[in-house]
Order: sequence, then structure tokens, then C-alpha cells
Amino acid sequence: MKVLVAVKRVIDYNVKVRVKADNSDVDLANVKMALNPFCEIAIEEAVRLKEAGVADEVVVVSIGSKSCEEQIRTALALGADRGIRVDTEDAPDSLSVAKLLAKVVEKEAPGMVILGKQAIDSDNNQTGQMLAALLDRPQGTFASKVAVDGDKVQVTREIDGGLQTVELQMPAIVTTDLRLNEPRYASLPNIMKAKRKPLDLLTPDELGVAVSSNLTLLSVEPPAERQAGIKVSSVDELVEKLRNEAKVI
Amino acid sequence: MTILVIAEHDNNELKPVTLNTLSAAQAIGGDIHLLVAGSGCQSVADAAAQIPAVAQVLVADNDAYEHQLAENVSKLVQGLAASYSHILGASTTTAKNVLPRVAALLDVNQLSDVMAIESADTFKRPIYAGNAIATVKSADAIKVMTVRGTAFDPVEGAGGSAEVVNLSDVCDAGTSRFVNEEIAESERPELTAASIVISGGRGMGNGENFELLNKVADKLGAAVGASRAAVDAGFVPNDMQVGQTGKMVAPDLYIAVGISGAIQHLAGMKDSKIIVAINKDEEAPIFQVADYGLVADLFEAVPELEGKL
Repeated sequence: MKVLVAVKRVIDYNVKVRVKADNSDVDLANVKMALNPFCEIAIEEAVRLKEAGVADEVVVVSIGSKSCEEQIRTALALGADRGIRVDTEDAPDSLSVAKLLAKVVEKEAPGMVILGKQAIDSDNNQTGQMLAALLDRPQGTFASKVAVDGDKVQVTREIDGGLQTVELQMPAIVTTDLRLNEPRYASLPNIMKAKRKPLDLLTPDELGVAVSSNLTLLSVEPPAERQAGIKVSSVDELVEKLRNEAKVI
Repeated sequence: MTILVIAEHDNNELKPVTLNTLSAAQAIGGDIHLLVAGSGCQSVADAAAQIPAVAQVLVADNDAYEHQLAENVSKLVQGLAASYSHILGASTTTAKNVLPRVAALLDVNQLSDVMAIESADTFKRPIYAGNAIATVKSADAIKVMTVRGTAFDPVEGAGGSAEVVNLSDVCDAGTSRFVNEEIAESERPELTAASIVISGGRGMGNGENFELLNKVADKLGAAVGASRAAVDAGFVPNDMQVGQTGKMVAPDLYIAVGISGAIQHLAGMKDSKIIVAINKDEEAPIFQVADYGLVADLFEAVPELEGKL
């Protein structure tokens, strides 16, 4: 079975983003970029499926400008076999990304597609579900466990209040949640090896997808700042304040 | 303009977050229809019909919808969509699973986690873990969106008598099957619905120590949450996580215990009315957002707090 993993280049997890002074967008100039954390988990899961003999090839795809090849190389260093970049402006909307991915899936015919459940920039949590809809295939979102059994896969999902397990007919789409696995670090030899792994380039034209959007970003503002309050010196004072000043207990 | 809201329920009870979602629909304006898709869900439909804000309740009662499988429910909603200008669901794992699928079937985008309605086509939503708020205008014919419950006051739940329409169409994709569910049994309120939340972080040290928080929670009628650090360390399950990748809460009182206050966590709780931080590190960033900060060893302060409530 072939596994396709879709990954996104995003602002590094540890960087606090700032809004531009003219409120047009966030400021990403000279900001450290990285692989979206949920996408790292997706790669790790695919590589583990290969190591377990369930998958025989892991293909990683990313959509964006040349800069996202850096993240594809990272995925290759983590164990993916080859990469595909679909060349677009930097941030197509989720629907466009899903349409492009659907065409790549048709071309590659994987048994499973694994994606992160959300990207930490747009926080949309949409692409996997949209891809599944466009392909008319089942989805196992927010996965904390993936178990392949023949032509079916059981996915345990993180839902509000607990866990739900569903059984999906493959090909299936899986999106990762935090507890699915703990991604490995790329070793130096693997980083070197990744440089020689194949990385193909596709264009939206070749895939027959017109990238456009009905969404317009009007403005971006920083959130309302919270003022720091006071320090209390004892539990007694805290309880007193909560009872008589804040009146919340 | 007519708006379709997807009811959040477990086939027995209508979840309160539905009332918050209806409130967002009211802010958009127009007639509101509420879809109850489930199996053996008559009691939910009855409760839905009592909501004065709802003009019509659509009931799709079939085995295919029992567990809200996205493959089936999305096709049901797709079939209904042509009559509506907006389709809304709550920002819960159920609607987050189904609605993007609906949007793609309708060839439109989805707006996730909407926190303010500016007009019928313009909405505010958080991006970058809530470190920026985007105002987005949608030109899509049907606006599909999930709504952050805590950002909208709930509508009245009783006193109405909406028309109930039973839907007979059955959409069963046949590609997915429910296997089982493990829902944590708890006497405590749900995190996102609780008026008081007490959360623990890495400072709790281990899972057993969360019992200290449970005791306080029981006295206050509070829900118990956790930071991602505590979840990653394996202290508590993922469904207790408050933060960008977990649950968004905005209770009247939020008590953060042994939580340093990473931006990821702050994104999930900084809209709380009153924030209390208990941490032994007085430099912890959590104190910058706390109304009341107590620099103390949690293992002394929390039992003392419990004793004084």
C-alpha cells in the first residue's frame, strides 16, 4: 500500500506572531518557519506503517512556493520516500488545497492519505474532511490510533468527552491528533540522504485546478489585551477576593 | 434568508451549545431551521421544538445518522442546502468533522470557529492560536461555518413551538462504520459549558495529583481541565486539554494551577471573566493575564484552598 502525506509550511510553533501595523495581515517577514506539528505526526504515522510492513511507499506532498520544499525535505529526512510540490502562491484556501490534493490522490492512487488535523497558522481544521468529500471516501479525523486490517482501517478518534472508533473502507483519509504518536528527530545521515530523494513539481494547470477564492481577508487585528491583575499574598486573601470583589464563588 | 443550524446532541439530549450556535444565527438574521440528525432522537426533536428562536425543526431519524458519521450526515445536509443562505454548527468535534465535508460537497469554503458576526457575509475568527483576529468576507453562495459557543450568549431554550418536519431521505455512504465509543463518565460539568474551570499543568507532577484539583472542583461545581504540557506528559487524557489544539473555554472563573501560560494554552482560556493563577514561579507568563495571582507551592495552596471553600 502506498501512503500519501500532505504537509504544510507554517510559522514555527514557538514563535509568537505579530500583526502588521496597517492591520492587513500578520507579519511573517524574517520569522522562523517549520513543518506544521500535526503534519509531523502524520509523517511519523506513515513511516511507522512502512516500518511495520503495512505500507510500502510514503509520498509527501506540499502545496506552495519553492520555500516549502524545505519542509518536504524535512519529511523526506524523517522517512518519506519521495516528494511532490504543487506550485502555487503561498496560501491558497482550504477548498483549493483540497481540490489540488484530490487530483494528486487520483494520480498516485494511495491506499491512505494522512494529514494533520489543522495547521497552526489558519487554525481551520478543514482540508482533510474536504479532501475526503471531494474523493467521496471515508474519513477518520482527529486520530489517536490507526490500525490497518486488510482493506479496512480502524481509526480511534479524539472526540469531545472521550474516544470513538470507526472502521473505514480504504482508500481512506486520516487526520492526526496530538496523541497519535511522538514524531522522531531526523538524523544527520537521513538529512543528507533526503537531499537525493526525488522531488517532483506539479502545477495547478497540470492538475486541471483553477486556484481562486471567494474569501477576502479584510483585516487582521491583535486580540484584546488582558491586563495583569494583582498578586495576592495568601489563600485567605484569594478566597476573600473571589467572594467579595469578583463575586464568582 | 433562511439559516440551517445543525443540532448538537447524543440522541437523548440536545446539547446546550446548540443554543449558543442559534444565537450566532440570530445575529446573522433571518428564519432559523434546526436539523436534528440522529437515531431514536425524538426527545431531542421535542426539545428543539421548544426553542422560540427556531422556526422549523427538521428531523432525520435513521440508523445511518446514529453516530453522526460524517460520510452520511454531510450528504444529508448537502441535500438540504439549496434552501439556505447559511449553514451553522458548533465548534465541537462533531461539527468540525462534518461541516468541512458539507462545504466541499457544496463547492464553498468554510469559516471555522467564528467568534463575531459583523454582517451576513463578514465574520471575525481567530487565527494563529488566537494571537490574531481575522475579519473575513465570504462571497460564497452558501456560508458554511462553525461557531465558537463561548462567544455567543445562549438563546432561550423553552416557550416556543416550532413546526417539526420529518425527513425521509436516507443517506448512507456505506464506507464507514461505528465500532465503539469510550466516553469518560463524570459527575462534573462539561469543560466548555462549566461556569468554573480549574486546570492543572506540568507543575502537577503526575496524574494522581490531579485529585487535588478534583476535590476543589467538587466543592465549586467546576470542570477540570489541563494544559497541553500535562496532556503530553501523560498525566490526563487529551479531552481535558484547554488550548489552541484542545478546548476553548470562557467560564466566569478559571483557576490555572501549575500552568506556566504558553500562548497555546492562553489561546484557549483568555476570554474567561476572572483568571486565577497559582504557580511557584513568579515569572510565569500566566501571571500577566491573571486577575489574581498567588505565588505559592500548589501542593500547599490547593489543599488549603479546598479547605476554605
